Amino acid sequence: MSMLRKLLTASAASVSLAIGLSAGVQAQSLGTPVNENQLQNFDLIAQPDGSGYPEGSGTARQGKAIFERRCVACHGMNGEGTSANTRLVGGDIQSEERPIRTVGSYWPHASTLFDYVQRAMPADAPKSLTSDEVYQVIAYVLNLNGIIEDSLVLNKESLMQVEMPNKDGFIDSSQAL
Amino acid sequence: MSKQELEKVAANGLINRRHLLGLGLAGMGTIASTSLLGADAGLNLEIPGWSKQPGASASGYGSRSRFTDDMQRMAGNPNPLYPGGGASRSPLHQLQGSITPNSLHFERHHAGIPDIDPAQHKLVIHGLVRQPLVFSYEDLLRYPMVSKIYFLECSGNSGSLFGPNPADGSAQSLHGLVSGAEWTGIPLSTLLDEAGVDPEARWINAVGADAASMGRSIPLNRAMDDVMLALFQNGEPVRPGQGYPMRLFVPGCEGNISVKWLTQIKLTREPTHFRDETSKYTDTRLDRKSLQFTFPMGTKSVITSPSGQMKLERQGIYQVSGIAWSGRGSIRRIEVSADGGRTWADAMIQSHQSEKALARFSIPWEWSGGNAVLQSRATDSQGNVQPTRSSLVTEKGNISTYHFHGIQSWAVNTAGDVANVYA
Repeated sequence: MSMLRKLLTASAASVSLAIGLSAGVQAQSLGTPVNENQLQNFDLIAQPDGSGYPEGSGTARQGKAIFERRCVACHGMNGEGTSANTRLVGGDIQSEERPIRTVGSYWPHASTLFDYVQRAMPADAPKSLTSDEVYQVIAYVLNLNGIIEDSLVLNKESLMQVEMPNKDGFIDSSQAL
Repeated sequence: MSKQELEKVAANGLINRRHLLGLGLAGMGTIASTSLLGADAGLNLEIPGWSKQPGASASGYGSRSRFTDDMQRMAGNPNPLYPGGGASRSPLHQLQGSITPNSLHFERHHAGIPDIDPAQHKLVIHGLVRQPLVFSYEDLLRYPMVSKIYFLECSGNSGSLFGPNPADGSAQSLHGLVSGAEWTGIPLSTLLDEAGVDPEARWINAVGADAASMGRSIPLNRAMDDVMLALFQNGEPVRPGQGYPMRLFVPGCEGNISVKWLTQIKLTREPTHFRDETSKYTDTRLDRKSLQFTFPMGTKSVITSPSGQMKLERQGIYQVSGIAWSGRGSIRRIEVSADGGRTWADAMIQSHQSEKALARFSIPWEWSGGNAVLQSRATDSQGNVQPTRSSLVTEKGNISTYHFHGIQSWAVNTAGDVANVYA
């Protein structure tokens, strides 16, 4: 970006900050420009609108083997968990009793499952799964919850179409005072 | 001054907060044990040994008195299935003032504390910006900084009080996920402005460099307001457990959104709906709808002394002392009750009363050896009043256990034992 363009597009706050500095510093960002291509291996954010999903695919049938190898120590053979925090399957948000909240009963977006497994799972070796393995293992978890068929090929297009049972269960309170 | 002259301002022994300020020895004479003041024939003061030999030299890095080594954070047992996960709680019952020492500031980690070399660490600002930028630690140290005193509280602090039965606990074990510090850093708006915010952007998505790459989405309007990129805590570089070399700091809000080890800020139209803002840190109501992005921490106070699991060894005057805070303003008033909330007296606020910071309060109280239930109730600058536990639980239910800010009750029995109760 040219110095001139930086000057022209500097926002009001930057300008007010810079006024206190010498004129020569005014337009100089102390950061280094990068482009999104340089961030492809760095940016793991996957959103409900489909942005950020990598190439790759997998089915629940494929995911079963990975799940049994990498996930069952905490999450149990059938996603029943070893604690309330590690239970992945079952529950009913509408139950009279205090509801059990899992991926199936509570999570509003399938994208969260991709995003979280890719960035944080398995807990003892995060980011060790390939993109194919992430698609496979989350397909397995969705299938355990009866949300998708075990033959469905999960990829960036089909994942976007997955509707979670509690998708309408949340209220955005971000602007509440 | 005689015992009768102490102005009782509420039932069961609460004394005017101004009373003991100038009372001196005469006032202390009202404590039951007269031997404290009467000459004790067996007591002859001598010059102690440490006054007769040179002490230790100055040192490169300070340490506390070995007589205070029992002052420790309380950490849960490590869970081999959840490496590095967990929390440690500040010893609120042993601290005074309104600033928590960095070594005792509470911690909450989702995948342990990364060992980050600042020379290798990067902060990236990208997404819906005019020019994506990457900053090194050295770059960031060249910016003008601001310093602010703020509290930080975990959303799950005091969560056990949603439970049906009062847990046997201390101020530390029940409420120790809150601390106070002076944070120094760069207003985030400075860096966002430099990258040039696209008019379409509505959210920032902040991600840490820990093993969980913990992320949270924050509305852009908030991020441009009072949010800080914090580099220093109480004057020293932010410690590893608090996000070294840098963390986000969102004043007044649940601690989890002040993302530690901050490495990525992506501007987007929509929030990411990270796991820690959907599966966790959401508040399911009784009608089974769940509130998402419930950021501000409620108006709250807790008496830290006397508090749970302490024992009053003798009758007489004590200072009832505690901390109060609000995610929506400053603390304007603290009332204390010694009779379970039937009568109240104003406590003295003995610290600063700045926005979204801990305030320290105290009030003298004479324990006559009977049963008492000590409570405190905070009011903030917006007029928000701390609710009773029962009204909070009735309103919110206990499906979720975040954002507890109800009144804590400490019962004192005739033996002087202090315990958590529901009153």
